[in-house]
Amino acid sequence: MDAILLQILNGLDKGSAYALIALGLTLIFGTLGVVNFAHGALFMIGAFCAVTLSRLLSLSFVTIDETQTDFLGNPLKVETPYVEAWFGPETGAAIIDWSVPLAILFSIPIMALVGLFMERGLIKYFYKRPHADQILVTFGLAIVLQEIIKYFFGANPIPTPAPDAFAGSLDFGAMIGMDPNVIIYPYWRIVYFLFAAGIIGAVFAFLQFTTFGMVVRAGMADRQTVGLLGINIDKRFTFMFALAAVVAGLAGVMYAPINSPNYHMGMDFLVLSFVVVVVGGMGSLPGAVLAGFLLGILESFASMAQVVALLPGINQIIIYLVAIVILLTRPRGLMGRKGVMES
Amino acid sequence: MLGLNKKDTSLFLLVLVLVVLAPFLLNPFPENSELAQFNAGYPDLMQRFLIFGIFAIGFNILFGLTGYLSFGHAAFLGVGSYAGVWMMKLLTMNVIPAIFMSVIFAGLFSLLVGYISLRRSGIYFSILTLAFAQMSFSLAYSVLTPITNGETGLQLALDDPRILGVSQENGAIPAANLFGLAMRESYELSLGGWLFTFNAGYYLCAVVMMIAFYVAVRIFRSPFGMMLRAVKSNQQRMNFTGLNSRPYTLAAFVISGMYAGLAGGLMVAMDPLAGAERMQWTASGEVVLMTILGGAGTLIGPVLGAGFIKYFENIFSKINDNVLYGWFSALPEGVADFLVFVIHPFIGKGWHLTLGIMFMLIVIFLPGGIMEGVERIGRLFKRKSSDKDSSARASAAPAE
Repeated sequence: MDAILLQILNGLDKGSAYALIALGLTLIFGTLGVVNFAHGALFMIGAFCAVTLSRLLSLSFVTIDETQTDFLGNPLKVETPYVEAWFGPETGAAIIDWSVPLAILFSIPIMALVGLFMERGLIKYFYKRPHADQILVTFGLAIVLQEIIKYFFGANPIPTPAPDAFAGSLDFGAMIGMDPNVIIYPYWRIVYFLFAAGIIGAVFAFLQFTTFGMVVRAGMADRQTVGLLGINIDKRFTFMFALAAVVAGLAGVMYAPINSPNYHMGMDFLVLSFVVVVVGGMGSLPGAVLAGFLLGILESFASMAQVVALLPGINQIIIYLVAIVILLTRPRGLMGRKGVMES
Repeated sequence: MLGLNKKDTSLFLLVLVLVVLAPFLLNPFPENSELAQFNAGYPDLMQRFLIFGIFAIGFNILFGLTGYLSFGHAAFLGVGSYAGVWMMKLLTMNVIPAIFMSVIFAGLFSLLVGYISLRRSGIYFSILTLAFAQMSFSLAYSVLTPITNGETGLQLALDDPRILGVSQENGAIPAANLFGLAMRESYELSLGGWLFTFNAGYYLCAVVMMIAFYVAVRIFRSPFGMMLRAVKSNQQRMNFTGLNSRPYTLAAFVISGMYAGLAGGLMVAMDPLAGAERMQWTASGEVVLMTILGGAGTLIGPVLGAGFIKYFENIFSKINDNVLYGWFSALPEGVADFLVFVIHPFIGKGWHLTLGIMFMLIVIFLPGGIMEGVERIGRLFKRKSSDKDSSARASAAPAE
């Protein structure tokens, strides 16, 4: 029982990341009909927004402190971050400590702009081109974005810690009356899951309960008719693209403390996210979210020691295996609708 | 000649001449000159041109003719490599069985993958092939370590049985050979300042590649090739005429898988080791890039694309800031600094950035790749020579 619970919890954080990326992919596909291979790169850019902000915040100036000396007897050079000088040592340290959550605010405008530029500058010209061309051009774009990040940040992963307040782990087992120390779960992963759930809820609420969302949904169902009604649907779809970019970026920002960002993390996630989207059903938003969590949990179950002992290597391939089986038995995915990508 | 029409024959002969004379053509600069770094006429690189050329020709049979975009072709190359190394470990260092087994194993594996993946089309097909390739990659890294030797990669060892050959020769692993002719044997010809290298392995690759190219031409021109084009242009209509497209696409998939296996086998013949990273999906992406860059659906395009990418990969990674300063030494220092600063991100380790940008530009402006570019330039000249004639033709064109 406790082992099962533990695996479900372990699967949640990876599943959240899959779900968020797959949600963005599906939003883009459902509205614009574009297969975006650069979506993983957006996730990665989000993670590097967190890195950038934490570096910006810890920018320091050097003062020479005559009262202290280093081991050679020279006066000690003390680095003081500007933030600490401006806001006082304690507030400043707290701001630096909370750089990852602050990066959420920092990344939203950046990601929105990146998304806007991508759609207006490139994707716009590919609506009428075949899907293969869309895949290829966004694949090229993903390589370019990835190499730019590599140029500025280097090839090594950059550790980006979560705030100290979330550093520990939660003894989840003790909370629900089981033995302590059986189910231990890092706080940050709980935060990540809640955050992901919040974002997903917000996106769905936005689509469901606002006029803007209603128009977008109408446009997804029948773009031409909405256009004939005198609504500028292109503008709204561009906005949705920016929104999808923001969702991917936020997923990346919050993922930075879980896995130190490196330049190819986007590609690593992209392949899996595509599998997730296909399993969920192309163009189905709830399907993408459901499949994201399901596959995340399935993956963590497959990496249990007992399972691996029984079927060696299963943890590496389970997602692909499930995808193959689903595609062959339920070609439209778990919740796919008829008529999507079937021409 | 050989059942080819006149145009194809001349194309075939052109490729033949280019390939045979490549050691001369790719070494245009004298050995000690400034420009010698642009030479590509050394065996290792020339072999890679041909091997990736074969890989791309095979990929083009699937993608260029049927339009099915596979993102998992590197898996077949990897399987071929492993089969080849095992032949060399178990049987003999002669490259013939290694190459044959590579093709057979890659063919069998692609039959399995193709049989399942081809049930779906479009993006689903791409994802399925991607899933299979990633699966084989992960398995090669983890569970299949006894066969693939995991992260280290599969290598030859002194105590391999090699039942038809010898385990070791004078205490060393015998060299890969073709009936005694070692693959790494080269003949060097020094003419004035030039040094030309003729490598046995290169010419083996050349022979294989010419055969592969010939087969590809025949496939392109055959009724079978016509069927594959029908799949690309309108599969539904093809089905309405009572034809089942599955056997055709499956055959194309297996053929292109065998080409990939052949490339893997040749890689092993040139350098007897195999690693799992050859199967990673970025490697599959590379062959897609080559095919598109050269021109999908054309005969010669993929070979050009492969040569282009491999050449520039080699050259761009070699250039560094010092080389750049050497070039710009004639300019004032400030200008040179600025130019080096601007170019720096695109060279050396930044080669992939250049490749990505180039690839995007090609997909955006020249969807037909280099071949379309050549064609457009050709048309430009034609139009100039007979302006009136072409305007009459242009008005008639839409009716086609």
